[in-house]
Amino acid sequence: MADALLRIENLSKRFGGIQASDGISLAIPAGELHAVIGPNGAGKTTLVAQLSGQLASDAGRIGFAGEDITGLPMHRRSARGLARSFQVTSLFLDFSVLDNVAFAVQAHDGHSFRFWSDARRDRTLREPARAALARVGLAERAEWPAAKLSHGEHRQLELAMALAGKPRMLLLDEPMAGMGPEESARMVKLLRELKRELTIMLVEHDMEAVFALADRITVLVYGRVIATGVPTDIRANPQVREAYLGEEEAAHG
Amino acid sequence: MSVAVTPRKVVIAALLVGLALLPLYASLSGTPFLLTLFTRIIILAMAAVSLNLILGYGGMMSFGHAAYLGIGGYTVAILAFEGVQSGLVQWPAALAASALFALIVGALSLRTRGVYFIMITLAFAQMAYYLASGMARYGSDDGLSLDNRSEFGGLLNLSNKTTFYYVCLILLYASIYLVWRLTNSRFGMVLRGTRSNETRMLAIGFPTTRYKLAAFVIAGTMCGLAGALIANHTEFVSPAMMYWTRSGDLIVMVVLGGLRTLFGPVLGALALLFLEQFLPAIISAAVRPFNPVNAAKAGEYWQIVLGPMLLLVVLFARGGIDGLLRLLSSRERHG
Repeated sequence: MADALLRIENLSKRFGGIQASDGISLAIPAGELHAVIGPNGAGKTTLVAQLSGQLASDAGRIGFAGEDITGLPMHRRSARGLARSFQVTSLFLDFSVLDNVAFAVQAHDGHSFRFWSDARRDRTLREPARAALARVGLAERAEWPAAKLSHGEHRQLELAMALAGKPRMLLLDEPMAGMGPEESARMVKLLRELKRELTIMLVEHDMEAVFALADRITVLVYGRVIATGVPTDIRANPQVREAYLGEEEAAHG
Repeated sequence: MSVAVTPRKVVIAALLVGLALLPLYASLSGTPFLLTLFTRIIILAMAAVSLNLILGYGGMMSFGHAAYLGIGGYTVAILAFEGVQSGLVQWPAALAASALFALIVGALSLRTRGVYFIMITLAFAQMAYYLASGMARYGSDDGLSLDNRSEFGGLLNLSNKTTFYYVCLILLYASIYLVWRLTNSRFGMVLRGTRSNETRMLAIGFPTTRYKLAAFVIAGTMCGLAGALIANHTEFVSPAMMYWTRSGDLIVMVVLGGLRTLFGPVLGALALLFLEQFLPAIISAAVRPFNPVNAAKAGEYWQIVLGPMLLLVVLFARGGIDGLLRLLSSRERHG
């Protein structure tokens, strides 16, 4: 896979005595939905933060679309088409749903040193924002304050914001966290539609969703990759079963 | 767009019209001191409007905003002292000096957050204060008097108090209009989004610091103009106008009137300066029946009454005076 869209080599991050990510190497080709799973504390969120640029890495290299982005700040990575959604919903709660998405559109529409005309009447911002909302099924909530949405709708809004920037790749950090079964099912359906157009790295706890969606899966344990492969291989991998799936299946009875 | 007439709109419209008619009232009623008081209110309202841009809309807790009043004022006074009387030189120079100071303070302080940001902006303002105190040529602690107000050829005569009042009022209205356009523009959306959730703004691709810095410079420049007006109004500048308590007064005006509201800072300036002006007399009058001997003295302790009043506003009316008016407006509509 010489032409992987995202290529991670030996990525490491240490917090005091804890090695949160430990020599992670991964290559995700364009168009793949790649899931990253692992037990709590495996370093999944650290990995997403390193990839998005929120956390600086101690060692290793991140290549995106053939360029080294290891040292780029968050906003530059985002400008290059690497969009991230947050595990803990991070929205502009005192703004309308449409405003939230319009922020994301504006971020990718050149600089914002435009001081005079009303941004809320700017069709080049509002129309793509409405389209992204329609895409995730939130069109009729556009004028609501973001704070009034349900938890599941917040996750949908997160996704709409990620889509609004017309990214090449989405980093989704537990998009189904805290969702009811119905909301989860809707999100799975949405991601299945998106995966034809976009490269996606999905960090998720919901095993049912992961196995239903992923082209390939990487399993992290204590910051290390213990296996990467297609879902059937991962399900059969004894190391994975021992480290993770066994515990999960036992928990589900 | 609803065009319903609400109590809030009535109050604000009355305020805007009332300010425009004030010189007429002052001359008809033979109370010229009102014109002086209101000129001061308008100038400080303008400073509060500029502070609201960064404190309210931008969420930047600048505790050194009075420095720009001083820098604008001193620029005018020093130029006048050195023989440059033209306002066409003095005022642009005041704006430029304030902008430059804001650029330096902003570039250094915006790297920090929270308490550190407050302390650094405060420290810079105090530096400006001590610098002015040390300028022996320009009066040191005693300050510097202006012999003449800024001259605009035959265009304007600022020595005419009514003319000067209207110049200040037009500039105040212009600042409010500017803040309105700014805060609704793309630039303003970045500023407001950054106040709401800066991490997220960065994550979706905004280099937030440069937008905050731009807002910081715009606000400093606007306040510098207010400083140039103050110097003309009192025909005197002194380091005291930059002291940190003056920065505190500006913050109180913004919070009292209503953060992130267009007219809140004006309402706040009006309320605070009215209380400052009339509270001592009111207290004296209230005390007189009980203790006629010490009544006049009791008025000197007006801040003991002002303090709890501010506390009540902060505790129970989070949106300030503008928030109270909004509350009144929404009650009316539903009930």
